[in-house]
Amino acid sequence: MVRVLVPSGALGLNYDKQALQRGIAAKPDIIAIDGGSTDSGPSYLGRGVSKYARASTKLEWAGLMAARAEANVPLVIGTAGTCGADSAVDWMLDITREITAEQARPLKIAVLRSSQNPDDIAQAFEAGQIMPLANAPEVTSEDIRACSNIVALAGAEQIAAALETGADIIIAGRTTDTAIIAALPLMRECHAGGAWHGAKIGECGALCATNPQSGVIMIDFDATGFTVTPLADGAHASPHTVSAHMLYENSDPFILYEPGGHLDVTAAKYSAVDGTSVRVEGSEWVASDRYTVKLEGARPAGFRTVVMALLRDPHYVANAALWAKDIEGKCRAKVIERMALDAEDFTLELRLIGHSASFGALETQTATPFEIGVIGIITAPSEAQAAEIGKLLNPYLLHHPLTQEEEQPTFAFLFSPPEMHQGQVYEFALNHVLHLNDPMEAFGLEVIDID
Amino acid sequence: MTDLRSLVSKIRSKNAGPFWLTIDIFCGTAEAFDQVSGGLSTSRVAAVFGAEEQSLKRFDIPDLNVVKFSLPRPTVQGAIDDRDMHGASWAALIGEIAL
Repeated sequence: MVRVLVPSGALGLNYDKQALQRGIAAKPDIIAIDGGSTDSGPSYLGRGVSKYARASTKLEWAGLMAARAEANVPLVIGTAGTCGADSAVDWMLDITREITAEQARPLKIAVLRSSQNPDDIAQAFEAGQIMPLANAPEVTSEDIRACSNIVALAGAEQIAAALETGADIIIAGRTTDTAIIAALPLMRECHAGGAWHGAKIGECGALCATNPQSGVIMIDFDATGFTVTPLADGAHASPHTVSAHMLYENSDPFILYEPGGHLDVTAAKYSAVDGTSVRVEGSEWVASDRYTVKLEGARPAGFRTVVMALLRDPHYVANAALWAKDIEGKCRAKVIERMALDAEDFTLELRLIGHSASFGALETQTATPFEIGVIGIITAPSEAQAAEIGKLLNPYLLHHPLTQEEEQPTFAFLFSPPEMHQGQVYEFALNHVLHLNDPMEAFGLEVIDID
Repeated sequence: MTDLRSLVSKIRSKNAGPFWLTIDIFCGTAEAFDQVSGGLSTSRVAAVFGAEEQSLKRFDIPDLNVVKFSLPRPTVQGAIDDRDMHGASWAALIGEIAL
């Protein structure tokens, strides 16, 4: 049997300390926590930075490092620093070094790096080693070379290689959410379908149970399946909460693709052990002929400036869509005329918050609100151009009348200046897999001893 | 006529990666599941997104009393024209479908 302790769905979301202590007392074989995902958008991968505060990350990681020392088992974080790019891994390593010094405990750290050189990936693309997944964007090798960061998602094989170094702590770059949990059970020949299925159930911590924000769960893997147990007070898993977790952020609730094959849970049977734990058997792992890893990439998509104003005058609130469309047309024309930009070089859009900002033309509600927030969103090739367009938009958002006959209106600006500069923005560029002859081919493994 | 929201216990929409969106309709009871599974056509859901019906994957799961739809994200997550980074708001629009 292999016992995996998962403190929470992600480092930075906090965990229940008492429940963690219960987990340590239950003598786990490994502590595994996820450090990120693509869910917060392309900027984190584009910049190679973490979404969570360094202060939260350090505090929570220090607690896990202390728990690890007490249990004397490996502690692994996957997708370190939200995006798992090398710069985010280095950030996590830096935090780990600081804590190691503060806790005055020598450590062996294995660092698994997932970043890819865009030139290498472009060459692999040209050589036919990269295949699109469903709804992948059309890409060229030039698009790939334009990415500021590309990561490959490590699977169980690469985590196993890191564990085999005998490291106390493994800081992994981008991995699949499940790999850090499934790796040790697979190394010790637990049921493969059970290993991946249990990992998927556990990857969001206690989200597969009641009291989901409590975080801490324990998963026992063995030769026929797995048993999941949430550890916080008031947290209970039932066959329903566990099986329903397969729906979460999955486009197919029965199939999950991983490096080297896929999990099929169609025949899985979920049964209550007691009021808190659930036993699962019958899930199947189907190995693939080729070993592939998924790629994620983000590339620069211009610079963004946003401008906000508020409409409260009933006449303007009632006619806001017309007013906004008029401003968009007039301001775009002015940008083209005064800044010598072509129409396709920039974007300028007004969204009406309280009116149609959520769905645009697909909105079905038509009630008139009493106030509307107007957000002007501008992207341009340079920061200076985005800022300049913001200044061109400014007088319209302050004073634009619905018709020339009416008096000049004035609307509310929240700030001086009203323009807010977001800097470089990014877009996701890849939804592809890379074929590898050897699982370690695209990954780097380094062992660091800290005395 | 009644709207879907008042018939079921919860509707959730989320990203399934940056390029896909998934909607989980938790019906709560077998009776509600039968009503939703039989009464909610895939084309009605597709129309909410302005999407082609064939682009939706549909899963009717009686064991969970869940009807699930997945489709290519109407805009790629975080693209210039994206309005909802986590794809969470769509659940509200789905809830307003009249059955």
